[in-house]
Amino acid sequence: MKRIVVGAHYGLGSWLAQRITAVIMALYSVILLVVFMTGRPITYGAWRELFTHGWMRVGTLLFAVSLAWHAWVGVRDILMDYAKHDGLRLALEVMTILVLATYLGWTVQILWR
Amino acid sequence: MSSAAAKKPRPKYLSLSALLFEIRLPAPAWVSGLHRLSGALLFFPFATWLLYLLDTSLASEAGFARVHDQYMRSPLVKLGLLIFVWAYAHHFCAGIRFLLLDLNKGIDLPRARRTSYAVFAVSLLLTLFFGWRLW
Repeated sequence: MKRIVVGAHYGLGSWLAQRITAVIMALYSVILLVVFMTGRPITYGAWRELFTHGWMRVGTLLFAVSLAWHAWVGVRDILMDYAKHDGLRLALEVMTILVLATYLGWTVQILWR
Repeated sequence: MSSAAAKKPRPKYLSLSALLFEIRLPAPAWVSGLHRLSGALLFFPFATWLLYLLDTSLASEAGFARVHDQYMRSPLVKLGLLIFVWAYAHHFCAGIRFLLLDLNKGIDLPRARRTSYAVFAVSLLLTLFFGWRLW
């Protein structure tokens, strides 16, 4: 693919990724809400058991990956709008990546303990 | 007439105080602005907080009891959860509205306004419902 430094449309990939990840997270949220609303009062055993199912672990990991990607696009948009100083924006972007990577690692640690 | 309009002092920059007190923003602008604000809040601190709660409640029976029976009973924690639920519900509803706008659905002004009010109504109702269940 030919890359030109100036021009438009480089945001299209991010834009699309943000929307696809949004749909994934929306579906997960609705499913989880239904599980909670129809379930009995939560005990430790039931709570623990819910997160031993393969579909729940994979679904939650998929949610976490979607969230990281989605939040990266969103936070980057905010930083591009408000953090005008290049050095400051770079520092904040690096911090954002570190926070999101930490979230992902933490989620894996919680799910596969 | 045009000279009168030209002489009218206008806020040159949209400062926060101008946005809040001098200009009356249309409903879709509030949906958009609050979508950004709620998204930022969900990224931090809410994601950190919820991961902490998930971690503690799944780690051990004692941790679960601490979160479920003590921590969640604190009014401050409940208030925090309520703000989280509002942020999530608003971000969710406004996000679905934006997805529909991307598909050219509801882009005429009357419908854009109506769906904006619907976003506020649904997210506030969800927050109220959750608050009712929590207390």
